[in-house]
Amino acid sequence: MLPFQIDMTYSQVKKDKRDRILAKPNSAPVGLNQALIRQISGIKGEPKWMLDFRLEAYKTFLKQKNPTWGGDLSGIDYDKIRYYLNPGSNEKLNWSEVPQEIKETFEKLGIPQAEREFLAGVKAQYDSEVVYSSLREELEEEGVIFLSMDEGLKRYPEKVKDYFGKLVPSADNKFAALNSAVWSGGSFVYIPKNSHIKRPLQAYFRINAVSMGQFERTLIVADEGSYVHYVEGCTAPTYSESALHAGVVEIFVKKGARVRYTTIQNWSTNVYNLVTKRARVEENGVMEWVDGNFGSGLTMKYPSCYLVGKSARGETLSIAFAQENQTQDTGSKMMHLAPNTSSNVISKSISMQGGKTNYRGLVYVASGADNCKSHVECHSLILDKKSLAGTLPQMDIRNSTAEATHEASVSKLEDEKLFYLRSRGLTEAEARSLIVSGFIEPVVKELPMEYAVELNRLLEFEMEKAVC
Amino acid sequence: MFEIKDLHVLVESQQAEIIKGLNLSIVPGEIHALMGKNGSGKSTLAQTILGSPYFKVTQGSISLNGKNLLELSPDKRSLAGLFLSFQYPSEVSGVNVLSYLRMIYSKKTGIKLSPIKFRKLVEEKLELLHMKDDFTKRYLNEGFSGGEKKKMEMLQMVILEPEVVILDEVDSGLDIDSLKVVGNVVNYLYEKTKMSILVITHYARILNYIKPSKVHIMNEGKIIKSGGKEFARLLEEKGYAAVSN
Repeated sequence: MLPFQIDMTYSQVKKDKRDRILAKPNSAPVGLNQALIRQISGIKGEPKWMLDFRLEAYKTFLKQKNPTWGGDLSGIDYDKIRYYLNPGSNEKLNWSEVPQEIKETFEKLGIPQAEREFLAGVKAQYDSEVVYSSLREELEEEGVIFLSMDEGLKRYPEKVKDYFGKLVPSADNKFAALNSAVWSGGSFVYIPKNSHIKRPLQAYFRINAVSMGQFERTLIVADEGSYVHYVEGCTAPTYSESALHAGVVEIFVKKGARVRYTTIQNWSTNVYNLVTKRARVEENGVMEWVDGNFGSGLTMKYPSCYLVGKSARGETLSIAFAQENQTQDTGSKMMHLAPNTSSNVISKSISMQGGKTNYRGLVYVASGADNCKSHVECHSLILDKKSLAGTLPQMDIRNSTAEATHEASVSKLEDEKLFYLRSRGLTEAEARSLIVSGFIEPVVKELPMEYAVELNRLLEFEMEKAVC
Repeated sequence: MFEIKDLHVLVESQQAEIIKGLNLSIVPGEIHALMGKNGSGKSTLAQTILGSPYFKVTQGSISLNGKNLLELSPDKRSLAGLFLSFQYPSEVSGVNVLSYLRMIYSKKTGIKLSPIKFRKLVEEKLELLHMKDDFTKRYLNEGFSGGEKKKMEMLQMVILEPEVVILDEVDSGLDIDSLKVVGNVVNYLYEKTKMSILVITHYARILNYIKPSKVHIMNEGKIIKSGGKEFARLLEEKGYAAVSN
């Protein structure tokens, strides 16, 4: 079944308006100040409370320091970053400027030239409106709201105001503050009571992932008894000239609702990928994070669940893949704040060619939360001697009835296994990619089919590179 | 013709010579048994024939139909027609048996069967092995019993239809029923393709099911005695001690 896909940037913008945007002098200058924030908010025609929220967040951003853990952030120069790119920006790359290795990956993944140009940031626009408008109608009939965050704010200002920044306050961390000050893009999703959305909601037409932006903001509200699977990102490498990606995702899972949020990112290695993802789960609600991190130079991302209602459940399945000059510092936070809540974390990481992966996680059980259960599993696979994997699980259990288990393993790619598979006719690269894809199978099988297929192709390609 | 000439092999890590000038040739369609005590170098030989990274050939040659195998990587040796049934097959977690089999089948034969057609092909082979269908839904060797692992090796063998089969302690960890099944499968493929077989074992019991035309006794890295069917019969009647002295 086709997923629901909407080109968030363009589908909601009427033709004439789109032209107007395109005609504007394109992007903001580098660096950040109050005037720019007012300008961004002005262009978007936002209500005053949002402007105030942005300005307040900017103050917080200035006060807060970079985290000193997780990875080396010293390369970020906040004065050299472009904080707002107009969707119709004329500042496109030339195909010839796109790094060779990215072109090669496109080649191997079999992505058509037209799509390659979008992914590489050469073209910024793709109109999928016609193809998907019928699907959108279907959603609207159900009372589902599925809009870009900008459009959502315009059309449902009150609904947005009730939830926006309530779960991830701008003071949460420096990057959440930055996002709050300059956010642009992302999605606003509301699922009505007892509404089960069978097809995954796909935020961006695959090839439009590049317009996902640096500071996207996503807010999902799943009303009581509803279900939705939201998918973002793509497996193809996403080339961005902008060095910083700081997104914020807030998810409200009401009583008995279930939300699955799947992310696959493969940013180019010049990108710092620093994302705050959080869900608040009420009684009997279920939140599932499925998170695949393949690209970027440094990723720091710890999807979390605040289990605030009785018997709420949180789950994180993640894959991190680090190669040369890459650090994946990822994990999950499970906060058990009510009785009978449960959580399950499975993390798989692979490091090769000098890449570094780190599992950093927290399980917290509040003193009043009786009979909570938590299981954390992190497995790392190291493919060569140059590469590293670490595990930093933390447990803060304040209730004696809690049942918390943790399992960790670090394994190397064994010559014995390679030899076994090679003796059956598989090349070294094929044998490696088979072992690696088997290693991440428990997570991959949870992905939508097309993502799983692409992911395996991506792995095969990376393994070939590793053998040469 | 499969031929080993004056083979010398070192363990990479210890620089110790395990095989010290071994000669062996198997004419197509012949079944040979290689017997010897633990530590005589039998398994080293098996692994070396397929190109294990743990062992290093310092002298001699291994060839198949005149082609020098020592120049080939393990996968190329497999494609050239060699098959080793491992004494300790590796567990590869997360890798589905059926899709793995389909992968090695298409590598070997160059034929890409549709998943449905391939499943049919595998189902026939499973019957031979008295194995259930759900076997193919599991992950490769993961959590398999010793007997199941050996059957998995046999399944791969009948799917690849190799020219030369080396069975390294295929009877270890098998009960009598499984041993019979393994023997039947080897004989089935032998009848079908008349491949060459080298049975490596230190118990004679497997030779009740797979009948060799030649038997070699290996000791300290060399073949010290060889004989034909008579020798094999003597072995069967009087045991290993009678022939090794």
